[in-house]
Amino acid sequence: MPSETMMRLRTTINGEDIELDIEPRELLIDVLRHRLELTGAKRSCDSQVCGACTVLLDGQPVSSCCTLAYEADGRTVLTVEGLAQDGHLDLIQAAFVEQAAIQCGFCTPGFVLTTKAMLAENPRPTRDEIKHYLGGNLCRCTGYWNILDAAEDAARRLAAAAETGS
Amino acid sequence: MLRPFAIHQPMTVSEATSLMRDYGDAAAFYAGGTELLIVLKEHLAVVDHLIDLKRIPGLDEISLQDDGASLKIGALATHRAIERSVLVQRRLPVLAALEAKVANVRVRAAGTLGGNLCFADPHSDPATLLSALGATLTLDNGTAQRNVRADAFTTDLMTTDREPDEVLTHITVPLPGANVGTGYERIKLHERPTVSAAAVITVADNLIAAARLYLGCIGDAPQRLRDVEDVLVGLPALVTSGERVKPLIASLALTYDTPFESARYKRQLASAVGVRAIAAAVANAVHPQGSRHAV
Repeated sequence: MPSETMMRLRTTINGEDIELDIEPRELLIDVLRHRLELTGAKRSCDSQVCGACTVLLDGQPVSSCCTLAYEADGRTVLTVEGLAQDGHLDLIQAAFVEQAAIQCGFCTPGFVLTTKAMLAENPRPTRDEIKHYLGGNLCRCTGYWNILDAAEDAARRLAAAAETGS
Repeated sequence: MLRPFAIHQPMTVSEATSLMRDYGDAAAFYAGGTELLIVLKEHLAVVDHLIDLKRIPGLDEISLQDDGASLKIGALATHRAIERSVLVQRRLPVLAALEAKVANVRVRAAGTLGGNLCFADPHSDPATLLSALGATLTLDNGTAQRNVRADAFTTDLMTTDREPDEVLTHITVPLPGANVGTGYERIKLHERPTVSAAAVITVADNLIAAARLYLGCIGDAPQRLRDVEDVLVGLPALVTSGERVKPLIASLALTYDTPFESARYKRQLASAVGVRAIAAAVANAVHPQGSRHAV
């Protein structure tokens, strides 16, 4: 058995600088959920298939269930809790609500964050590009059509916001 | 819950290989973790020391070799980095297209090409295409480097030619010439491909002048079908020419029954996918701009 030395984790989570002592084996999802009470990321398949645990690490979608927490050192993490500002949903969340793209809601944080990463890379995706990018997120309620509609709606809202400069 | 382990973050390859020699069987090299962490979660391996290779500068670089004839891809380059590399998109679009369809966006953001090749899961995309392209893998034990052909790297099921204390540092991929086309095709039913095929076809005077054809996923390692290649040479450079070798591919494909897929089923799929890869490669050789890289 190795002598497991604790590691100092310095990271920025939802805009807030965090310092924590962690064990090397700790997974990002457990640090988020159990230490920081950020329960938006859900543990489900535990093997990078379903996307319910998706968070953005330096803007890239990753499975927090399969990411060692120390990997976030010196980087920025965005969870679904970091999207709303001053009590207002961000435009992707608003699109998901408007399009009724939520049934039980378990997969929603993962879909919303993956949509955010997609729109940062490709602000005007086609329906096929949306299907490809979101293809690794599963909705057990099978509400996919509304989710695709919501991603399209979010892209429209983003374009409108860019036009008005808001 | 993962069992406890220590993390080491060497800054050089020689430091990494030296750590590996110190800890031996109790250690594992660690890159994207997309395969290793799942193995550790399932307690299929006990590892007391993870040697994280991601801090070593330069191991994730993607560059054109000085002679302009090959791409050098650092083993720590993620699937996403390769997918989104303008250099790869321009010079080896078949690889960029393949990488864009590996697993899902999260696996591609974390998983590395080198990790994928070293884990050597047969149900994987890159090894089959890199074999067909004649790529070379460079291994470094801290004091000496050696090169291994991509198609000789996987020696058995999930087993490679890499010595435990060797780090795969980079992959060198010769760029196909002007009259050479490449095609990669697969059938994917779940997260991983079920059957795949890669073809590299040289066209001269409207005939197939040379051919390389590899099947992936259905055996322990990518397999070359030399007898099919021999039949292809001399055929007209038409997208339909591959149909001639369809039964031969099915009869030569080496595979076996598994609980969910019979050998007969896989041979049938392999012949269909093989013909598609040949057609894509011929189209790519004849009309490089109008080629399709459907995966």
